[in-house]
Amino acid sequence: MTENLAANRLQSSGAYALELDGVARHFGALVALSGIDMRIAAGERRAVLGSNGAGKTTLFNAVTGDFLPTAGRIRFFGEDITDLPPHERIRRGLRRTYQISQLFKGLSVLDSIFLACRGVSRRRFSLLRPADDDVNMVQARSILEAVHLEAHRDALVATLSHGQQRQLEIALALAGAPRFILFDEPAAGLSPTERRDLVAILNALPKHIGFIIIEHDLDVALRVADYVSMMHNGHLFKEGTPQEIEADPEVQQIYLGGKHG
Amino acid sequence: MSLATAADGAAPQQNWLDRIGAGHVILAVALLLYPLVASDFFLTQIAGYSMIFGVLALSLMLLAGYGGMLSLAQITVAGIAAYAVAILGSNTSNVLGFGWPWWIVVPFAVAAAAVTSALIGWISVRTEGIYTLMITLAIATATFYFAQQNYAIFNGHSGYAGIHAPVFWGIDWRDPKPFYFLCLGLAMLSYAAVLYSSRSTFGMTLQAIRDNPRRMRALGYHVTAHKVFAWFLAGILAGLAGVLLVWFNGRVSPGTIGVDVAIDILIIAVIGGLRHPIGPFVGAIVVILMQTFAIDIVGAERFNTLIGLVFLAIVFVSPDGILGLWGRIKPHLAQGSLRAGP
Repeated sequence: MTENLAANRLQSSGAYALELDGVARHFGALVALSGIDMRIAAGERRAVLGSNGAGKTTLFNAVTGDFLPTAGRIRFFGEDITDLPPHERIRRGLRRTYQISQLFKGLSVLDSIFLACRGVSRRRFSLLRPADDDVNMVQARSILEAVHLEAHRDALVATLSHGQQRQLEIALALAGAPRFILFDEPAAGLSPTERRDLVAILNALPKHIGFIIIEHDLDVALRVADYVSMMHNGHLFKEGTPQEIEADPEVQQIYLGGKHG
Repeated sequence: MSLATAADGAAPQQNWLDRIGAGHVILAVALLLYPLVASDFFLTQIAGYSMIFGVLALSLMLLAGYGGMLSLAQITVAGIAAYAVAILGSNTSNVLGFGWPWWIVVPFAVAAAAVTSALIGWISVRTEGIYTLMITLAIATATFYFAQQNYAIFNGHSGYAGIHAPVFWGIDWRDPKPFYFLCLGLAMLSYAAVLYSSRSTFGMTLQAIRDNPRRMRALGYHVTAHKVFAWFLAGILAGLAGVLLVWFNGRVSPGTIGVDVAIDILIIAVIGGLRHPIGPFVGAIVVILMQTFAIDIVGAERFNTLIGLVFLAIVFVSPDGILGLWGRIKPHLAQGSLRAGP
């Protein structure tokens, strides 16, 4: 299993979803990221672990273009996207979710997902109401099912529970044929039941969609990821399969030990 | 996908009454029958005037309620349309007055208003909240003083007089009953259009931008373009109201677009409530009734005090205006009728 994965990763060179070469980001004197090299194959699911301030969200911001990296190159499916504005990266199939839900409180659940689907298509200025069989409406309903929110279809977003808002946050990232998604702590603040639901949702995503998940909950991260990268003080210090990471004494000392001790 | 479509098609069609809403039908019938019982004064000075200001406040509600953009420039936009009617059509001020027929003048006037509104929007969408209010106040004030001092286009302090509503199909549309129906037609159309498009793709987009512009940008939307388009649409409504306003008054002068009027429109929208397009019309009726009759109650010197107190009372009791008040009373009424039941 382990060898197979490693072999796959070597063979698929050239078919990487995401390649980071020496990506760095400084905020003044603060080094948030330094020399990050990362290769993620198409369809691969990667967990990024690390304590607060390890640079995980900064890494996401560099990939999505929310903050440009100070150094290094980023390639998305072979194309250099380092200097592209965020919306151009969205058009190429890159999506993200936010650590703190960024939703539309005054809209219904279905309408929110519909807008997310419509965002990457034309006809955004239409003054007509979308028909039930509108292509984006059909997509929105299938995403609604994928994130287990059918029962709350017409509910106002403001009335959803925190867990349901996290599910909707994922739904917005699934809109419009994503090829790769960055999940920023999707399990933050969820109950154990909601976590199980989240793991089921993530594991049921279509196989061609790869993702990176930032997660403090090791249990969630190890159950959805094929491969794990550990971050500390702005750089990667270890990569491996979930089993290797769990068993690694250094990891246990620095991350797990620190967390539990 | 074809399965899903077939299932949707098989869903029972809502009947027309459910779709329009019984309340809307009753209201429409009542408004259509109103001329049978109302005097000419109540037809035009109260109902017609309320509907014109209702549409003006509706254009503000569209921006503020759905788009989160507060504007004090709606009367300025309406004024552009009013001045355009005076300049392109006929007036008795012996200045300009191209004498074009009304069916050319009206589209030009409304287009001028909509483009002006889009321009004001384009200038002000860089700001948010109170700053949008200040920048639109600045634009309204500047336009007022420009109109007062410019004689070549705006004919200065006196403005334009002798502007007539059109006469066609053998009807003088400034006669009380026709004018009432003209106002009612515009009010109903504007209300229906705003209510319908609030659930259109654009309407939902605008509300989503109000709630979270950052996420909308991340979803691939051009936030500024959508906001400016909302200003353009609001400009069409304000422009149409401006045309009726100049036909109603028969004249337009800097006083028509003064800052006091701009504030009146804001008060109308806030008193009525910004949550639903019926709010501006409710607010307009309340404010116009007060402006008309407060003088009889407390005398000419104090009538603004009474209006101010009522405004304070409503905003104090319900930040969502009369609509919000109604929203809170309604459940109690329903409970009351349950208790009164058998």
